[in-house]
Amino acid sequence: MKKGNLWKAWNQGMTSRQRHNVTGYLFMSPFLLFFFLFTIIPVVTAIILSLTSYNMIETPQFVGLTNYRLLLMDDGEFITALKNTFVFAFISGPISFFGSFVMAVLINRLKKGRNLFSLLFYAPTLVSSVAISVVWLYFFSGDRYGLINNALIGLGLIGEPIQWTSNTSVLLWVVIIVSVWTSMGVNFLTFLAGLQNVPTDIYEAGQIDGVKNAFQELCYLTLPVMKPQLLFAAINMTTAAFGVFDIAVAIAGMPSPDYAAHTLVAHLYDYGFIRFEMGYASAVAVVLFAISYLLGRLFTRVFREN
Amino acid sequence: MAAVKGRSVKIAGRHLFYFRFSQVLLYLFLTLLVIFTAMPLVYVATTAFKPLDELFIFPPRFFTSHPVLDNFNGLLVTLDNSSVPFSRYIFNSVLVSALVVLGTLVISTMAAYGLVKHQPVGSNVIFALILAALMFSPHVTQIPNYMVVEKLGLLDTYWALILPKVAVAFNMFLMKQFMEQLPNEYIEAARIDGACELQIFAKIVVPFVKPAIATLVVFSFVNTWNDYFTPLIFTSSGQMKTLPLAIQSIAGGAGASSLATAGTMAAATFVTMIPTVLIYTLMQSKVINTMSYSGIKG
Repeated sequence: MKKGNLWKAWNQGMTSRQRHNVTGYLFMSPFLLFFFLFTIIPVVTAIILSLTSYNMIETPQFVGLTNYRLLLMDDGEFITALKNTFVFAFISGPISFFGSFVMAVLINRLKKGRNLFSLLFYAPTLVSSVAISVVWLYFFSGDRYGLINNALIGLGLIGEPIQWTSNTSVLLWVVIIVSVWTSMGVNFLTFLAGLQNVPTDIYEAGQIDGVKNAFQELCYLTLPVMKPQLLFAAINMTTAAFGVFDIAVAIAGMPSPDYAAHTLVAHLYDYGFIRFEMGYASAVAVVLFAISYLLGRLFTRVFREN
Repeated sequence: MAAVKGRSVKIAGRHLFYFRFSQVLLYLFLTLLVIFTAMPLVYVATTAFKPLDELFIFPPRFFTSHPVLDNFNGLLVTLDNSSVPFSRYIFNSVLVSALVVLGTLVISTMAAYGLVKHQPVGSNVIFALILAALMFSPHVTQIPNYMVVEKLGLLDTYWALILPKVAVAFNMFLMKQFMEQLPNEYIEAARIDGACELQIFAKIVVPFVKPAIATLVVFSFVNTWNDYFTPLIFTSSGQMKTLPLAIQSIAGGAGASSLATAGTMAAATFVTMIPTVLIYTLMQSKVINTMSYSGIKG
């Protein structure tokens, strides 16, 4: 059969709706194959695995909720990881979110040079966090010659150098500072793009309605229009903040001194890919999934458009 | 607002530019902030070109008076004599990133077209799943992914670094949002002219979504190029490592940073950051154009 005839037969055999269904799924099929194979099915598998004991060699043994009980009752490192991850997420997340919003608002007010300032502000996001952590380690070096210790001693704020990367009470803060520095990017772009898209006529209407200054303008006019962008950014921020791993490992090592910068993903990596206790590690993954997914749903409610 | 242009600055009666105090303050403030955010990067760039004797000066200098290429030579020559040459890591990173970018572009553009412009039965469910997948980090699925990759016999191959990363919810979401801006009339007109689906896709859809394609190139490239977790899990031999892992081993492992390798490290970091910064700079305006449609209607 010639190609033209095949096309004709294809067109005649179906209603328009059926044709759309078939064509739609044909176009989606490569994506769906990989999306289900590496994202959707794995989430379900992780939930099932978390109820088993599995070491990759023997068949998985069903153990019910034992893994979760062990995590919560018997695993001090997990509790540390959970606490650190929450502290990290609840400090670095909001700072990064509001910081990038303020930067986007300010850069958007510039008359000239927006692209240059955007690039310079976004650049840290473009760099491998493992690679750039080495520079930060040098800045945070624990002796008097470390750039930051040197500056603080010079200003008279501290007398003795601080052991930034081995002192367990400041270690997590170093990780937070470096993370905030690298993580402003994507949200910043989302906000900047959102601001540039706000229709200008709402500001004229606002002046008639008695909006007096730039701050009121932001609260009453700009923010409501930007809700969808705020939601997208909030979700990305949550996902990234709870998935903290690279920088923590690069700054603090694995395991970190006294587990001071141990995170959920570090715990997952430890049990999954060092000890090969796949069931137990899956329970950690499910906890991580549950926390970030629930926060995602919460933000969806907060930023719902009326 | 737009009417207020500020004070006109004149020389010999000719208008030069408008001067607004608030704008000047803004530029000053932003310049200070940007100096702070860009400082570590500038430090890497200058240190990479410092000669050996300047690396050890105290207090450290930001800029060098005699830029040299010694550190890059060190990176390529000395490390070439070790078991795995540094050029191999560059090759691995380039190959893997290029294939991931290509793969994710092709399948996301196709899928977004199928989803948005054909709206087959169940497209709501699929979109809901994509939205849900935005809400957790890829680490959640690493253990089952590892099992799949192991079963397929792909551990420690390039495929293990590529296949799990092509169908990314974030990329698909951005492409879908942009695809919605394509007017249906364009497609209908082509259909009436007798174009088949593949022609419509190639001649109308792809040219229209070019800004979104540019954006996915940036995000997908940056993400893969800098990815540390995937190669950490899926590769075991030195031959298969990518740049972030290689840099970590040059640094002498986590937590350690010795001055002896400072120059080589800076050169390695510099080499690593150039491609991402370059690609972003080239595509910046298209990225911002695409991100305008990134909002989620809650």
